[in-house]
Amino acid sequence: MTANGWLQFLLFSTILLVLVKPLGIYIAKVLEGERTPLDRILRPIERLIYWIGGVDAEKEMTWREYAGAVLGFSLISLLLTYVIERAQGIIPWLNPQKLPAVEQALAWSTAASFTTNTNWQSYVPEATMSYLTQMAGLAYHNFGSAAVGIAVALALVRGIKRTASATIGNFWVDTTRSILYLLLPACALYALVLVWQGVPQNLHPYTQATTIEGQTQTIAQGPVASQEAIKMLGTNGGGFFNANSSHPYENPTPLTNFIQILSIFLIPGALTVTLGRLTGSPGHGWAVFACMFVLFAAGFSAVYWAESQPHPLIHNALQSTSTLAPGGNMEGKETRFGIAESALFATITTDASCGAVNSMHDSFTPLGGMVVLTNIMLGEVVFGGVGAGLYGMLIFVILSVFIAGLMVGRTPEYLGKKIEAYDVKMAMLYVLIFPLIILSLAAIFVISPNIGLSSLANTGPHGLTEILYAFTSAVGNNGSAFAGLNANTWWYNVTLGGAMLAGRFLMLIPVLALAGNLAQKKSVPPSSGTFPVNSALFTTLLTGVVLILGALTFFPALSLGPILEHLLLRSGQLF
Amino acid sequence: MLAILKTSLRYTLITTVLLGLAYPMAITGLAQLLFPHQASGSLVIKDGRIIGSSLLGQSFTSDKYFHPRPSAAGNGYDAANSGGSNLAQSNRTLVTRIQGDIDKLSAQNGGKPVPIDLVTTSASGLDPDISPSAAYYQIARVAAARGIPEAQLNSLVASHITARDIGVLGESRVNVLALNMDLDATGKKGN
Repeated sequence: MTANGWLQFLLFSTILLVLVKPLGIYIAKVLEGERTPLDRILRPIERLIYWIGGVDAEKEMTWREYAGAVLGFSLISLLLTYVIERAQGIIPWLNPQKLPAVEQALAWSTAASFTTNTNWQSYVPEATMSYLTQMAGLAYHNFGSAAVGIAVALALVRGIKRTASATIGNFWVDTTRSILYLLLPACALYALVLVWQGVPQNLHPYTQATTIEGQTQTIAQGPVASQEAIKMLGTNGGGFFNANSSHPYENPTPLTNFIQILSIFLIPGALTVTLGRLTGSPGHGWAVFACMFVLFAAGFSAVYWAESQPHPLIHNALQSTSTLAPGGNMEGKETRFGIAESALFATITTDASCGAVNSMHDSFTPLGGMVVLTNIMLGEVVFGGVGAGLYGMLIFVILSVFIAGLMVGRTPEYLGKKIEAYDVKMAMLYVLIFPLIILSLAAIFVISPNIGLSSLANTGPHGLTEILYAFTSAVGNNGSAFAGLNANTWWYNVTLGGAMLAGRFLMLIPVLALAGNLAQKKSVPPSSGTFPVNSALFTTLLTGVVLILGALTFFPALSLGPILEHLLLRSGQLF
Repeated sequence: MLAILKTSLRYTLITTVLLGLAYPMAITGLAQLLFPHQASGSLVIKDGRIIGSSLLGQSFTSDKYFHPRPSAAGNGYDAANSGGSNLAQSNRTLVTRIQGDIDKLSAQNGGKPVPIDLVTTSASGLDPDISPSAAYYQIARVAAARGIPEAQLNSLVASHITARDIGVLGESRVNVLALNMDLDATGKKGN
């Protein structure tokens, strides 16, 4: 570890802290329908979308109507992407490499993956997807799924805020305004900055180069920057290329790397400010932010330390860090990023459900790999996905308030709402579905030699971790991978596709039910027995609840995977 | 139910036109207008032929050139099939490969410890850079193969070190393609 590495962490944290407040206030304005400086240009486009889409923008929705619209939109857009993938071979445009139709099981898992904001990729994009599929199928969902996340988070915040109300907003309006006033303008600017730094943006066929030593090098091209921008800002993470953000065409410089990690946390961080503002309790928003930040800082410290360690069995190599050499574990890491920026990226991409990578997690040290896996296992609430991180964390907030209520023997309240049996049931449903799907599916594949184990790239305890990581990433809608695992088989594609849909929609429906139930309650004034949710004590309790739920559920699996691998490696055992 | 699906279909189509086609096309137009070189992949042209991209690594095996890191992309530096080795630290194949490369390099260099980046594959398999110490490490071999003094190569390498971005971000590095092209241009001809 170096002072410069910590300086980068400090710089990142400072800039994040400065940016989240104005952005959070802006998001609150956009989603409450207030005027913004962009109205003159965007308002006509917004109206046009409602008109063509047949949307009644004035209509307020109950939670059931809201959930119906989420599911309807997700289903139709998933099907459209599937059709584009299957038809890319016969569509004459935007396919200079003449790539054929995507195979059925792969097309299914990919469509499910991008619809659910997961962006798990079982394929090599530059050898599989046409430019049309990347643009209109995959990058499209990067906008859509991010906007759905923001919409659902806002619906839950409205549920907390409104009293005696049957409705929680309008899904189409929330989605459209998130896209038009937030994601689209930010991405247009962001994409051009990326191009300036070297990210390609063209529709050319792949370039044929003859290298200095006379070999032929085929260089994949494409509209990379426009997809890269929303891939990061929408916490999607699906790479234009197989190597994702480690590919010099996706992430050419340490500066673009810094902007990319910042843009992962930007909206999830800002949404805590939006929460505070809309519920009239800014201190509560910051208390939630503090919990996320503490977990993030702890994760980074652990990964940075682990990846700086020399390999115990390799000798006569320069493995210590200096200004002229990276040192540490450089397998699967890029020279320009080194250990610190790789550890920072890996922590952030797994804390948030982004899943982009600038280094290969499969080649991390056992403990470094364990920490990034654990970040996902905490439920993608450490900033988390765009929108999904906030609504996930609010579930833990409800549970924390409930536990605090049990401790003092009073009916728990949260921002003026009594938390009752139905609310806790919905919260528990959300918390239980997640490990249930992950652990049962991983267990089935681990004991199946032909469909599960045959895809492994590494054996021993690390093999267990590869499979566990795949299902955790899918259900957590993260999308990063221990990429040695060959997931492009019929069984993995079909199962992971289902796991991603379950991880998204089975968890999103209890959230909306909770929103609806909270909205119809009356507000009770705070009393001396009310547990304050804007204090350091609350942040501590919330952090404890997140850690204990995550750690207790997954510790047995982790001890058989990365922990065992670490101990065996230290004692000289290889596989 | 049917009403929701109908709205969903119309909404999906209009937003696909806006976000899936109009947005990337507009960005492509602007990018080609403002930054044509970068937007087309930062290609390097020599004597009228494309020899690669300044952002992507390519393989060098001759003793007369500085070598890049080992690559797991396709058969090595395949820029249409990027990726890492994905080998675990506890994988015997990885440890055997790295130690084998170290022993070979170190034997050629009087037992000097090998910079770790020179024997590990990058994440993309297309890493254009090596660390400054990995470049210095190869000077003796290149100097002997070309018959030029090591001091000249020392200053050439030093002039090719890119510092951390804004002094803080990332790590200092040497672009192998740029270094080797300069080597051909300034030093004795390679052939």
